[in-house]
Amino acid sequence: MCCRRTSEENALTDPFTKKLGEDKPPDTSPQMQPGDMLMDRYQIQEIIGSGGMGTVYRARDAHFQAIRLVAIKEMISNIADPLVRKNINAIYERESNILATLRHQAIPRIYDYHTQNDRAYLVMEFINGRDLDDILSETTTFFPEEQVLNWAVELCDVLQYLHEHKPEPIIFRDIKPSNVMINQQNHIVLVDFGIAKVFESGTKNTMVGTQGYSPPDQYRGEATPAVDIYAMGASLHHLLTLRDPRLEAPFSFAERPVKEINPNVSDEMVAVVDKALQYNPEDRFKTALEFKEALLGVAKRTGTLIHSGGISHVAGGTAPVRGVKALWVFECEDEIRGTPLYNSGNVFIGCYDNNLYALDASNGEFKWKYPTDGGIPGRPAVFEGNIYLGSEDQRLHVISARSGSVVWTYFSEGPIRSSPRIAEGHAFIGSDDGSLHAVNVASGRLSWKAEAGAPVRSTPFVTNDYVYVGTEAGELMCIDFRGAIKWRFKAKRAITSSPVVNNEAVYVGSLDSTIYALDPLSGWVLWRFRLGKGTVSSPALSDGMLFVGAADNVIYSIDARSAKENWRFTTEHQVSGSPIVYNDSVYCGSVDGHLYCLEQRTGRLKWAFATEGPITGTPVAHEDHIYIGSTDKKVYALLA
Amino acid sequence: MTRKGSFLKNLFESIFRRTGKGRDVPTRPTPVTARTSDATTAPLSEQQLEEIAQAASRIDPAQLVVGMARNQGRQRENNEDAVFAYAATISSSTATLPLGIFIVADGMGGHENGQMASDLAVRSMGTYLVGKLHSPLFGAAPEPPHDSLQEIMRQGVRKAHDEILRGAPGGGTTMTAVLVMNTQMTVAHVGDTRAYAIYMDGRVQTLTRDHSLVKRLEELGQITPEEAAVHPQKSMLYRALGQGDPADPDVFTAAMPEPGYLLICSDGLWGLVGEDELFNLVVSAPNPQAACQALVEAANNAGGVDNITAILVRLMDRV
Repeated sequence: MCCRRTSEENALTDPFTKKLGEDKPPDTSPQMQPGDMLMDRYQIQEIIGSGGMGTVYRARDAHFQAIRLVAIKEMISNIADPLVRKNINAIYERESNILATLRHQAIPRIYDYHTQNDRAYLVMEFINGRDLDDILSETTTFFPEEQVLNWAVELCDVLQYLHEHKPEPIIFRDIKPSNVMINQQNHIVLVDFGIAKVFESGTKNTMVGTQGYSPPDQYRGEATPAVDIYAMGASLHHLLTLRDPRLEAPFSFAERPVKEINPNVSDEMVAVVDKALQYNPEDRFKTALEFKEALLGVAKRTGTLIHSGGISHVAGGTAPVRGVKALWVFECEDEIRGTPLYNSGNVFIGCYDNNLYALDASNGEFKWKYPTDGGIPGRPAVFEGNIYLGSEDQRLHVISARSGSVVWTYFSEGPIRSSPRIAEGHAFIGSDDGSLHAVNVASGRLSWKAEAGAPVRSTPFVTNDYVYVGTEAGELMCIDFRGAIKWRFKAKRAITSSPVVNNEAVYVGSLDSTIYALDPLSGWVLWRFRLGKGTVSSPALSDGMLFVGAADNVIYSIDARSAKENWRFTTEHQVSGSPIVYNDSVYCGSVDGHLYCLEQRTGRLKWAFATEGPITGTPVAHEDHIYIGSTDKKVYALLA
Repeated sequence: MTRKGSFLKNLFESIFRRTGKGRDVPTRPTPVTARTSDATTAPLSEQQLEEIAQAASRIDPAQLVVGMARNQGRQRENNEDAVFAYAATISSSTATLPLGIFIVADGMGGHENGQMASDLAVRSMGTYLVGKLHSPLFGAAPEPPHDSLQEIMRQGVRKAHDEILRGAPGGGTTMTAVLVMNTQMTVAHVGDTRAYAIYMDGRVQTLTRDHSLVKRLEELGQITPEEAAVHPQKSMLYRALGQGDPADPDVFTAAMPEPGYLLICSDGLWGLVGEDELFNLVVSAPNPQAACQALVEAANNAGGVDNITAILVRLMDRV
């Protein structure tokens, strides 16, 4: 299963075609019988399969009062030398450990493993289903293309997961129908990880893989993603044509064009299978993701529907994992720490060269700039054709979005690092002067201000009659539209993060290393979530999930109702910008200089884009474009 | 917008406020001006107008209307279900707030220990929550507790678990406990009692996830739904209070269904009465109490194979 293997293990000739249950002579060692107990815990119910390597049992885990069925794979090594055996046991244990850490719906869970003299036991999730080889051997008609496509997309999904495994990719190396189970829900489950082969490779002259499905490069001892991609292509060929490649000459798919055998298959599907089956690894799909996207492309072009719940999240994402290129770049004269605003074909962004820039969103062309007398750290807002922005020159500036000419400015008594929020005819904005200001947008005059007792750098959130904002003293204040404070919540350290509020809670992060969910009406804590370090990142909320970065370098996904962590993604440096969610992806910058695009549901990396300086701002998305500023002084436009 | 248009819009809003979600965006002042200016020439401030608009459509204080029923059913010789309900409200110059604590537990283990386990569970959890929350909310110097509501719920479940181990060894129980505060509900759940959110538009949402073995086997694809329906261990739980290691409850916070109902019930009800019927019985009854009686009756008519318990809660905020 693993990519690490010595050359002697790989320099092999005799194709391994046997699987458990096939016709090797039975091992002389006695098998366990139904009713036997293993490790005082597993009661054997039935032998599911047996072969030269040992036996697979179905057993009941007696540790649980409830019935839990497990599959136990018993492997017997007939190696006499105790040192070699010890070595093999060590490899086996190491690989069991890796397997046990895998979490994917298409990979059986590993519960336990155990070695004892010449035997090793692997206890895993029992999959109730049949393998594709069985299904193939019984079918008399071709499978519908849609069905094969569904299985294939799920297979790509799990291969992508394995190939992107950290610290080292996992190459399955033996993709074939008999290793793919179809469970009761018609989802695929990848079984028979190469663990058995660790044992087998102790005897010389065997090869990992299966003749007919394995590519030429595998015979040269290579274990790369291209090996699995070829074997998957071979399996698809088998499924679409019902011609068993094990009975044919190696690498002879070109002599059996899919269309000649099964004319129902679409040209698009044939093209994808052919590409996966290229003789040279360089000519195949580079990654399982690319393969999957090609398959999804087939589904799109042929109108084949994909009904599989488990893979709906893979749609979209057209960008390759690497090699994301900027559509345009615009360079300012100093660092950009703020966040862009998209409005009517323009991108507006503030810069530490004190200017607000208006750029053409389609090509990055400069339209105008508006000078303030201080750095612009926040995000501009737009309201009725005017742009609102705070500056460290203590002012809230309001300028015409079209011309860049000033409409009015409002002076606070300290630098402004908060961003304005427009609601109910007012601009709400915090200032380092220790107040939240409510400024009438028609007159540019103050309606009221709420004393916070400390700088307000958080951006207010306005909803349901109330304004919510954090303070550097660590308070979250809830203020009504008359400026009266309804409640205050006190965290242990500053709340620079901007709250997000829905009808269930106020969500906000603090430098005290906690994400809080507060009751919007009383400020009572509903739950706390501990981060590795403090945060100034503002949470993004989508589909009941919160996304937030922290100074521990991590981007977190947290269930908004139960505070359970869904996933985490670790960057190379602090995450002080805020994530956004767009088209099932999470976009977030890091001080490591990258903008990351992650799958919303799983946190898997789709791509990362490198800028030349730390990113502290937040990206903005519009019509499949992402705009982001970096402290390398540049604004980038990327394809989402 | 023409003057006539805004008047109609205002009229529409004043009649149909009930269709809005709980806390509406403040009424826009313009339409109100249209109506008021027809009657008087005295100009009112925007703030005054807003208050007038809201006063007409708001019940003060927001309150919880509760009904409940507990019934032995037709086939059991004892009732192992237990129920606890507590609702309190304050409405004063400093606060307006409803608090509700609602718990259903379904004991198991046969004989007396099942009954004792569910009894201990609701007593222990109920007392703990009232003790933790009553004074911080209603006392002379109200102050939020240090722990989060979800932590308080977890602690309550741990305490209940310990008390059952001590007081009813061998017994076990499910428990679904819901703490309603303002417009939020925080749920702690172990086993296969259930909490539902029932919305007036016909949605019936199961908030809890059954910790039932058969359900899990079905999820894992080890058995089919057909096999699950007739499985001999249908009522076996893989998580229960009073059994095994400290139970790990599911805890989450969600908005109270509004307009709508919160229903907490034992499997004696949901196992026999389908969601459509639940909805119809709940919304057609004149009040939550009558609805609970109708639910029990429906379960008994369907065989009454188990004890039947239900609590139905409606948050009356604005009508």
